[in-house]
Amino acid sequence: MSFDNAYESLLEGDQDAHWAFGTGFHESLAGVDRALPSTVDTAELAAYCLMLGDDALILSQRLAQWCSRAPELEEDVALANIALDLLGQARLLLARAGEAEGRGRDEDALAYLRDEGEFRNVHLVEADCGDDFAATIAQLLVFSTYRLALFTRLAGSADPVVAAIAAKGVKELAYHRDHAAQWVLRLGDGTDYSRERMLAGLARVWPFVEELFAPHRIELGLAEAGVAVDPAELRSEVDGVLDTVLSAAGLTRPEARPLATVAGRAGRDGVHTEAMGYLLAEMQHIARSLPGAVW
Amino acid sequence: MTSKASWPLYEVFVRGKRGLNHVHVGSLHAPDAELALRNARDVYTRRNEGVSIWVVPAEAITASSPDEKDPFFEPSGDKVYRHPTFYAIPDDVPHL
Repeated sequence: MSFDNAYESLLEGDQDAHWAFGTGFHESLAGVDRALPSTVDTAELAAYCLMLGDDALILSQRLAQWCSRAPELEEDVALANIALDLLGQARLLLARAGEAEGRGRDEDALAYLRDEGEFRNVHLVEADCGDDFAATIAQLLVFSTYRLALFTRLAGSADPVVAAIAAKGVKELAYHRDHAAQWVLRLGDGTDYSRERMLAGLARVWPFVEELFAPHRIELGLAEAGVAVDPAELRSEVDGVLDTVLSAAGLTRPEARPLATVAGRAGRDGVHTEAMGYLLAEMQHIARSLPGAVW
Repeated sequence: MTSKASWPLYEVFVRGKRGLNHVHVGSLHAPDAELALRNARDVYTRRNEGVSIWVVPAEAITASSPDEKDPFFEPSGDKVYRHPTFYAIPDDVPHL
């Protein structure tokens, strides 16, 4: 029996028989109307989906860099799982961006063939925490708290596809936030050394927090149309959650000056930090060296 | 700093969607029970296997010894009368 790829054999015949007890997989966007809403500027919708998709794609790449290098095997799997959740969100959002854009670019073209200036992600996700686990946990805590607050609201978006993606993402993000919070509690309230590392990790990512809540022209326009959310509205909820986690861990918010913008332009405008180019070089290298290659 | 070697071992039990009871699926290391539960979620239920997880400190399990296998289990090998298979089941008794 031959199959084009290894996964096909798993789907043959009685699907359930192939699994120890994992069954009942479902397509998360099944039955969602993909027609573009007539009331919305499709170019703006495309740009907004890129913002949401790029945030997930870039943090997914950052977390994937922990593969085989996490402090523990179990944590290695956990970070990879979270990275894969975010990659799934990115794929759906980039595919939607491609549809809305209408220039024939699919999710792969958008992920692998855009240059740095075309990426719309916030600086927080591109920050290179290297092998600093506490900084990665701080990055994940801030991002998942922000994105969970955002997606909870986006589940009511006027674009049915964005709404469905957000509704699916809420459960994933709730877990990501919990995972990060569990580690902040243990590192912050652990030993003197772990507390010091956690504080340093928080200080490292805190300059990127302000940008999360700075509304972009596209976000404001689409928020008016009921498609997007004005990120400034998320601030009090996100601050509240972060303060709760930090205080339970015996920590306080670091004092950090927000990273400067370039004449008001930042990640959402395609203006990135130095770390971004290196990340893209690694992420896009194979796809650009071997155009059209498939497994 | 706690060394890796000191993270205790936990045994993981997962109840599948259609399973009635929790089944032992493996073990893992974790710094405490709460994180063991989360690690178990990530390591053992990533393929949609479970709806409930138990984690138990491995040191809390008292196991029978392989050396005692014969006195423990052999004596029941010839007690076929302990199986309720010697009754004629009436036709009008369902679900047996």
